[in-house]
Amino acid sequence: MTLIGILFAVVLLAVQLGLYLGARKMIVDTIDHAGGDIWIAAYGSNSFEQATILHGRERFAALSVPGVSAVEPLVASFAPWTRGDTSTTSVVVVGADNGTLSPWNVVEGSVSALSPDGVAVDRTYADTLGISGIGAVAEINGQRLRVDALTDGIRSFTTSPYIFMSLAKARELLSVPSDQATFYLVKVQPGVDVSGVKHALEKKLPGTSIFTNAEFRQTNLDYWLFGTGAGVALLGGAVLGLIIGTVVVAQTLYSSTKDHLAEFATLRALGSSSFYIHKVILTQATVSAFLGYGLGIAVSFAVAQASLHTPMPIMLTPQLAAMLLVVTVVMCAVSALSSIFKVTKIDPAMVFAR
Amino acid sequence: MRAFPILEARQIVKELGQGEGKVQALKSVDLALHEGEFTLLMGPSGSGKTTLLSILGCLLTPTSGTLTLGGEAVTHRSAEDLADLRRRHLGFIFQSYNLFPTLSALDNVRLGLDVRGFSSRECKERAAEALIEVGLGHRLKAYPGTLSGGEKQRVAIARAIAPEPPVILADEPTAALDTENGYAIMELLSRVAGKNGRAVLAVTHDPRTVPFADRVIEIEDGIITGERKKHAATVIPARPRQSQAAHGKAAPYQDRKRQAHA
Ligand SMILES: Nc1ncnc2c1ncn2[C@@H]1O[C@H](COP(=O)(O)OP(=O)(O)O)[C@@H](O)[C@H]1O
Ligand SMILES: [Mg+2]
Repeated sequence: MTLIGILFAVVLLAVQLGLYLGARKMIVDTIDHAGGDIWIAAYGSNSFEQATILHGRERFAALSVPGVSAVEPLVASFAPWTRGDTSTTSVVVVGADNGTLSPWNVVEGSVSALSPDGVAVDRTYADTLGISGIGAVAEINGQRLRVDALTDGIRSFTTSPYIFMSLAKARELLSVPSDQATFYLVKVQPGVDVSGVKHALEKKLPGTSIFTNAEFRQTNLDYWLFGTGAGVALLGGAVLGLIIGTVVVAQTLYSSTKDHLAEFATLRALGSSSFYIHKVILTQATVSAFLGYGLGIAVSFAVAQASLHTPMPIMLTPQLAAMLLVVTVVMCAVSALSSIFKVTKIDPAMVFAR
Repeated sequence: MRAFPILEARQIVKELGQGEGKVQALKSVDLALHEGEFTLLMGPSGSGKTTLLSILGCLLTPTSGTLTLGGEAVTHRSAEDLADLRRRHLGFIFQSYNLFPTLSALDNVRLGLDVRGFSSRECKERAAEALIEVGLGHRLKAYPGTLSGGEKQRVAIARAIAPEPPVILADEPTAALDTENGYAIMELLSRVAGKNGRAVLAVTHDPRTVPFADRVIEIEDGIITGERKKHAATVIPARPRQSQAAHGKAAPYQDRKRQAHA
């Protein structure tokens, strides 16, 4: 019974925290693969998917800042994807050239040879997008697209799949003038201080938001996880799992202690110190912790494995698993407190029937 | 003169319960236990035997009176100190055995040693020796559920004697056993006292167990009413036996007794 409580808590914690880690990865994956050192975005931009269009003059201004080696335009925006059967779903159009944010984990087709109307999509979303594979066609804003490449594992936290295409095609679909973009990705020359360049860019480009890559990751994480409350829900679920787990384990340990009160009284009568009895209870709790953890983490890994090819992958990393072991042991120790409190009040004279 | 007693209780009074339900379970009890002696404590139900045993066993604190154990005065001790005294001086045997059902006979005995901080090797050796001593050398691995009542009580005796405490207290150790097993247990306890020089005090109802004892103490209504030594034919009255009518008037007697002590 104690084991079931612990198992339940471990699985709940692993799933919630694994989803949280998975969400973090989904949010920053595109940013990490863009390969820029600094992001120039419209003022007040808070996420990759929801930035507004820049004027266009920023590119040349940025190129004139010392230490900047390249400035690549990138277009990203939500857009409606019309399937072959004319039903529509939301997607995120990502347009870039010259290897900037080029799709990774390509499993079918080629992204180096995208045709003018060609796109790369992730096969996780094949059903959502209504595509059967390479060569499938669809439309965005009335313009025809053809699936030229399939990737594996590029998921979107917003659940709107990323559609990778050339910069020109993205501009065309979204009616973005050919000198404008959603972001300018700045590459800094090797050895040059990134934050120095960032400050210089801020001086030169008032009215824009400029982020180092790390800042942009954090901004996106803050927005999607905490601005929208999604992350709070996941972490809240984990905290809930911890509380429920602690209560259930405490309850079962407590009732097992109560069932064995006569035995604890015998131990006490035999002269055992309180310390010895506490050790017995804590040992029992720790053994339960390890067994419950072992079962729980095995179930969790199975669940995580099964989630790998779904839009909501659970990332159960070795670090998370190790942390959960510590959490489980601490949880069981805390749960043992009520039992310990109970046995300290035992009257050893109860060993004799009076 | 004999050596001074290993355990000595003087003028022990114990009040139990509260308010209306308050009873004086023990009314000034004096008692001494000597090493090598097997003593029986006999008396009707409700006479205060268990209460006295609990106080002698440092499980219960007397309302007044003094207790000396191994030369140490046992007064105003914390629960931890009392546990420590029990660990060093006392072994217990219970009517209902109080064995741990999830532990084998050997492990039950080991537990009593482990509590006392013996090394795990010593625990194992001593536990096995004790079980052999009580005649259970062949049931070391047996669980209490598979043992007969007599065997269970032997395991409990092994648990009590393994750490070699100078005093062993047993509350109605044969009450749950048939006559034959009861005798065997009493014989074993008498052997434990005689052979190993321990003070053994056992509470019993059964007059047939008297021949095993070196000494019989009788208690009634919280007062020691008599004491017999081995081979003595009759009760040596500690005081004139109270008649039922004189029941309510214990106080004058206690006064007299105190004067006698002075
Ligand atoms: N917890 C208690 N509260 C009040 N009275 C008690 C309590 N325990 C025992 N007694 C009373 O104390 C007296 C002695 O009890 P006990 O020592 O158990 O007797 P014995 O073991 O000789 O049968 C009895 O009258 C019993 O009813
Ligand atoms: Mg009794």
